[in-house]
Amino acid sequence: MKEIVVISGKGGTGKTSLTASFAYLGAGEIIVADCDVDAADMHVFLQPDFANEKDFYSGQVAVIDPGICTDCGKCARTCRFDAIRVINGRHTVNALDCEGCGYCSRICPVNAITDKDNHVGWWYCSAIKTGAKMLHAKMKVGAENSGKLVARVKKEAKRIAEKEKKKLVLVDGSPGIGCPVVSSLSGASYVILVTEPTVSGLHDLQRVSELVGKFRIRSGCIVNKADLNRHKRDEIHAYLKQNNIDHLADIPYDETFTRAMVSGKTMTEFTGSRVRKILESTWNKIVNK
Amino acid sequence: MKIAVASGKGGTGKTTLSTNLASFLAESRETVLADLDVEEPNSGLFIRAEAGGEEDKYKMIPEWDAGKCTLCGICREVCNFNAITQIMDEIMVFPQLCHSCYACSELCPRDALPMKKQKMGVLRYFKQGNLSFVESELDIGEEQAVPLIAQTIAYVDRHCPGDVIKIFDAPPGTSCPVIEATKDADLVILVTEPTPVGLHDLSLAVETMKALKRDFCVVINRDGLGNADVESYCVRENIPVIAKIPNQRSIAEFYSDGKLLYHEISAVKDALEKIIAYIDARPGAGKTEKGAE
Repeated sequence: MKEIVVISGKGGTGKTSLTASFAYLGAGEIIVADCDVDAADMHVFLQPDFANEKDFYSGQVAVIDPGICTDCGKCARTCRFDAIRVINGRHTVNALDCEGCGYCSRICPVNAITDKDNHVGWWYCSAIKTGAKMLHAKMKVGAENSGKLVARVKKEAKRIAEKEKKKLVLVDGSPGIGCPVVSSLSGASYVILVTEPTVSGLHDLQRVSELVGKFRIRSGCIVNKADLNRHKRDEIHAYLKQNNIDHLADIPYDETFTRAMVSGKTMTEFTGSRVRKILESTWNKIVNK
Repeated sequence: MKIAVASGKGGTGKTTLSTNLASFLAESRETVLADLDVEEPNSGLFIRAEAGGEEDKYKMIPEWDAGKCTLCGICREVCNFNAITQIMDEIMVFPQLCHSCYACSELCPRDALPMKKQKMGVLRYFKQGNLSFVESELDIGEEQAVPLIAQTIAYVDRHCPGDVIKIFDAPPGTSCPVIEATKDADLVILVTEPTPVGLHDLSLAVETMKALKRDFCVVINRDGLGNADVESYCVRENIPVIAKIPNQRSIAEFYSDGKLLYHEISAVKDALEKIIAYIDARPGAGKTEKGAE
């Protein structure tokens, strides 16, 4: 079983639109995993049924029992995250700032602080419109540990792929280079980098491909909106060649992307469109990597 | 006055808006722009300013002192992030997992885990006329953006005092880095696009701003692209839509070359003027107070 992860560094390059389109083409052979848990959007294109909802707990948050607390202030002085402040004369934890390190609960002289398991979100094993299974998640507002939720979604996707003897797990990752991205890369067999021919597209591609290089995973690149700026497109092509990254496709600037999204469809459902033809041949290349 | 530009979804135009707004404001008054998208900072690609200098930024990580350690095991026990492990008679620290809470270091009975600086990124500062520009870049392989964002805001607080407008270009998403970048803002401008994905991520960003009790408003970018659902949502939720930037290929082309837009495209200048009028009409904006005198 192979695991293909789609990332982009920069947001808004068309990563999710493309991944959803490939998921549609891959239909029966794949399991889809939406690992952009911060802003999960694959459901707009693939219409999963949000079945099998499961709670996800990760990390802890400090809770002060006001009946026991003597307001000595030791916890607030100890906390490196400035998460304990005095509100109306009482020491209070701001859950959004608390990192769950547990230091305050260990040093509280009267044991007024407990560490409560943090409910950070939910994950689902859904069926999408092609009948394929999709693993996805929803994070609670302001929750932490998105990297751990990514790891869980990926682990379940792999487990189901093995059980159902699917050839491929297709993962939509997050923008950036931080913990959710690192988490989505671990164990990947091939990485697809989606970029656009803009100054920021190239800049972010360089950073994210350097990160992929650290994992020693083979990667290929799709240049979306390729005709927007020929000069930048050529620079990207040169960068790919220099760094031994497969050049998978150039996709022209096309409002089919938006039309598809507005109607809740993937681009590959628009039979006969020029984008669909490009995507079909690109998908064939990817599957054979 | 701190104004954070955030979005939920990536690629909706946060950097476009931040850089154009800051440069336009700086034509007539002191302005600060800080790029807090430290994983992929892009504002600097659009701001032509003279480099003022740079400084390395560090986080604090415990370092094992074998000579003092008695292998009592307290450090492993107190670390909630599994960042400390013992292999044979050696203690190992995993810096990527460490949150710099100091528990292991301060609770060690032998002072065998003193905290040491470890580089996580670099901060650069620039000055051009009225514009002060600060950006930070996370080292590749570093996973935690939050400490660098916090240090960048602290740098702005220290070096750019006074009641000038400070624009923070925030990272995408809704989790910890976004919260760090927006939690102290006096106003958050949420940039979105009129598509189903734009709407979905906008609603997540709105919920986040409500939880943080921030004042926020919306700018619609690529107006005319998708459908009217974002606008109906804002009306229903009573969220002010303070400006719209039209969907034009020429805007994308100027952007692709790293050019600012408001000199070239009048619709962008109009949108910026509306945003500035909204900012100036708010309590706490320097200009309004003067006007009221």
